[in-house]
Amino acid sequence: MTSYVPVDTVGVASATPDEKQPWAELGLKDDEYQRIREILGRRPTQSELAMYSIMWSEHCSYKSSKVHLRQFGQKNPRTPRLLAGIGENAGVVAIDENIAVTFKVESHNHPSYVEPKQGAATGVGGIIRDIIAMGARPIAVMDSLRFGAIDHPDTARVLPGVVDGIGHYGNCVGLPNIGGETYFDPCYQGNPLVNALSVGVMPRSRLQSMQASGTGNVVILLGAKTGRDGIGGVSVLASATFSESGEDDARPSVQVGDPFTEKLLIEVCLELFDAQLVVGVQDLGGAGLTCALSETAAAGDGGMHVDLELVPLRAKGMEPHDILASESQERMLLIVDPAKAEEVLARAHRWGLLATAIGTVTDTGRLVVDFHGQTVVDVPPKSLADEGPVYNRPLAEPNDLGLIAVDRAETLPRPATDEEIRQTVLDMAASPNLCDKSWITEQYDSSVFGNTVLGTPHDAGVVRLDERTGVGIAISLDGNGRFARLDPYHGAQLALAEAYRNVAVTGATPIAVSDCLNFGSPEDPHVMWQFERAVTGIADGCQKLGIPVTGGNVSFYNQTGREAIHPTPVIGVLGVIEDVARRIPLGLGRTGDTIALIGTTEEELSGSEWAAVKHGHLGGVPPKVDLDHEMKLADLLSRLAETEQLAAAHDLSEGGLAQALVEAISFSGMGAQILLPEGADPFTYLFSESSGRVLVVIPRGQELAVRSACESRGLPITPLGVADANTDGLHLRDHFDLSRDEIDAAFKGRIGARLGE
Amino acid sequence: MSARVGVVTFPGSLDDRDAARAVYLAGGEPVALWHDDAQIHGVDAVFLPGGFSYGDALRCGAIARFSQVMDTVKAAAAQGMPVLGVCNGFQVLCESHLLPGALVRNAHLRYRNRPARLRVETTRTAWTNAFAPEAEIVLPAKHGEGRYVADEAVLDRLEGDGRVVFRYLDNPNGSMRDIAGVANEAGNVVGLMPHPEHAVEALTGPSTDGLGIVASVLAHLSEGASR
Repeated sequence: MTSYVPVDTVGVASATPDEKQPWAELGLKDDEYQRIREILGRRPTQSELAMYSIMWSEHCSYKSSKVHLRQFGQKNPRTPRLLAGIGENAGVVAIDENIAVTFKVESHNHPSYVEPKQGAATGVGGIIRDIIAMGARPIAVMDSLRFGAIDHPDTARVLPGVVDGIGHYGNCVGLPNIGGETYFDPCYQGNPLVNALSVGVMPRSRLQSMQASGTGNVVILLGAKTGRDGIGGVSVLASATFSESGEDDARPSVQVGDPFTEKLLIEVCLELFDAQLVVGVQDLGGAGLTCALSETAAAGDGGMHVDLELVPLRAKGMEPHDILASESQERMLLIVDPAKAEEVLARAHRWGLLATAIGTVTDTGRLVVDFHGQTVVDVPPKSLADEGPVYNRPLAEPNDLGLIAVDRAETLPRPATDEEIRQTVLDMAASPNLCDKSWITEQYDSSVFGNTVLGTPHDAGVVRLDERTGVGIAISLDGNGRFARLDPYHGAQLALAEAYRNVAVTGATPIAVSDCLNFGSPEDPHVMWQFERAVTGIADGCQKLGIPVTGGNVSFYNQTGREAIHPTPVIGVLGVIEDVARRIPLGLGRTGDTIALIGTTEEELSGSEWAAVKHGHLGGVPPKVDLDHEMKLADLLSRLAETEQLAAAHDLSEGGLAQALVEAISFSGMGAQILLPEGADPFTYLFSESSGRVLVVIPRGQELAVRSACESRGLPITPLGVADANTDGLHLRDHFDLSRDEIDAAFKGRIGARLGE
Repeated sequence: MSARVGVVTFPGSLDDRDAARAVYLAGGEPVALWHDDAQIHGVDAVFLPGGFSYGDALRCGAIARFSQVMDTVKAAAAQGMPVLGVCNGFQVLCESHLLPGALVRNAHLRYRNRPARLRVETTRTAWTNAFAPEAEIVLPAKHGEGRYVADEAVLDRLEGDGRVVFRYLDNPNGSMRDIAGVANEAGNVVGLMPHPEHAVEALTGPSTDGLGIVASVLAHLSEGASR
């Protein structure tokens, strides 16, 4: 028998009520600690204290965001497509009568700053397990990244590490990376954002639950051994602000990922689901066993008994609270009928994956954890999982907002001559946020599974789900921190509108939303105000667009000292396309095709890329957002995709029309002859970031049909010119020419060069 | 009856389903083979797919070499059965000494995913006979350890024997003599880094050139059957 080290048992805790406990160091407030004592009727044991501190942390309990996130539930449009929503590991939406899709975006910001490669890698691993836990096979990943200034020395540490981590994990686990975004802004210098999205597909009948139900059912831990990695990651890392001195070394708190084990987890879990061997399943992510045990027990109908010494360990001398708090990656918790337990263990063994029965479902209503026969945890599971503290934190509009609003970018000096505008197009194309991102995306596999129909640099990723029917999905992930800084309500809606439009541009119909809300400290009333406005903007926007928020993630404390990041809601929109063969790609079609702009260009330069690149300016009010218009636009595009009346389409966003043309020309290798509408100010027309605009390429003979489809929907369409393989680059009649070589020289190869490669 | 092409799944294989799709689209019948099973169930040819078998532990392909299925594959290859290794499968073939040389870290030290232009250098293998001589094809190349290296003497012999099967037109990884794929002496065993199974449909690939590789082995097998 193993020699036993005395631990803080329930018996000891009852006998020593006055023992001093490190609740403050674990991030608990005085009143939170008192509440734990009330719930238990005694002081918590060390293990219980660790569990409460983790489950009641901001990261796990959503204690500051909960009161606002309720809006999503209240305002979500009802749709028969929604099979599982907020509160589940990931939202699930029906695609047709047989197939469902699950998707979610989640942050791994703090770990990625501390240890970029492993931080980003485990972010990808974590979101993939959320997808598995719903019963789906993960089929793709995407990422939304934000770094500090590109030439800041620390960016050269963080960015390559993050990209390496995302690439390594995704490539090894065998998932195509189908898109995403990368932005640079000094506000993210000490707080880079790494938001990872995964999407999975399943037969509707395979939807899994996280309930630990059925007294006598076996609790099985599947996957990697449990080590010391990531202990305290949740409470220390994700729920506190980095100190300004930067002295605190949080490195041991970052987990290490093993994509090979994750790949085995996927295969084993899917085999078990298909054979109907599993009653309930939950992934182990942030907060490890603590979270998985308490959430499955709380979702079930009884209690749970766990013998913690049965957990396979990879480190010696781990205390029960270490085992409970460990964030070792690549683990899942299964609830299994005892009659099927043996088969579950055998199937895991066949793949070379560890599976161990560690406990049983009980009818006691308590989560009881024993360690070598001594009870170290005895709590009501709901008190951990569902009944954590809820804060209605004070809100206050930032004092500078009024001043910022009147400091409009529309008043900044502009390029005056054609030659200056020409140079501005090139300078913008070469700027970090607009330049080609191949240096990053080439490090990702994009074609594994053989179902990627559109990947980067298209506006949205398009993946085929069913080879027989051709049905597929489109996903886009978008955020714009500058717009949200100027006006968090409309900034969030602009991000929503852009993701929605990017999906629509491929011909898909948007059906669901997942969001990742990246903000500063919730203890700062100004940040909390930004958060409330952004959430309200998204909830109102989704209600208007008729697509539900199905889940997501909140990341607070993205600030160093008093400096918070721009509020950065990142929105993922999922769309469905009946036949992926009819998707609309990026490009310029064929020679003689008409290039036209749908939407209205106004003088909207505040928060724009031009203002940032040329003036380092952020002020004014962001472009107007018109969701009615976006819905009409999406309806139009899906119709034109169905009838195959568009050769190509491209969303206009950062950098405006100029950048959209640069991208289409560079990607297609075609040229474009453009004539701006009469009376249009060339600078405004090229660089305004008015929302709701799409550049379309219409095959010859379809111009009238497309025009009438626009007019019948009240959508303004403006012919701009023709695609022409014999034109070298961009010919802007009456103004200037840009050769394809000049465009490519500006647009390509920038990231590697700026990182000193 | 269409030829049966076995596709091996090792723990960590990623492209096994895609290889099976390529076989199916080219008109063959894919048969799933399992790393831990010495039986290859009467298949006519074997496709070792890409991925990270056994987590690339030790070296890419180093552990797969010792799997049950590889013992049988090695014996069958010696008898002339066509065997194709793609990416990690190529690494497995080199580690198993079915093919000469080795695949090491890319010269630029990064994983890189780009469509690769290749020239088919010989059509006298079981896996390239359907191509026109010196055909130029495009397949996705995506790997971190794909730089082909061998002794100069080995390389000279490969060139002399016409066993360099594919050559990069824009070398993406620093491979010696731009080699993307090689064959054994008999021409029944071929390995290459770029992925034919990800170039089988215009909808999803940069080309459909990958079908030619499977079509070659099907032609090779039906020729053998009719002889």
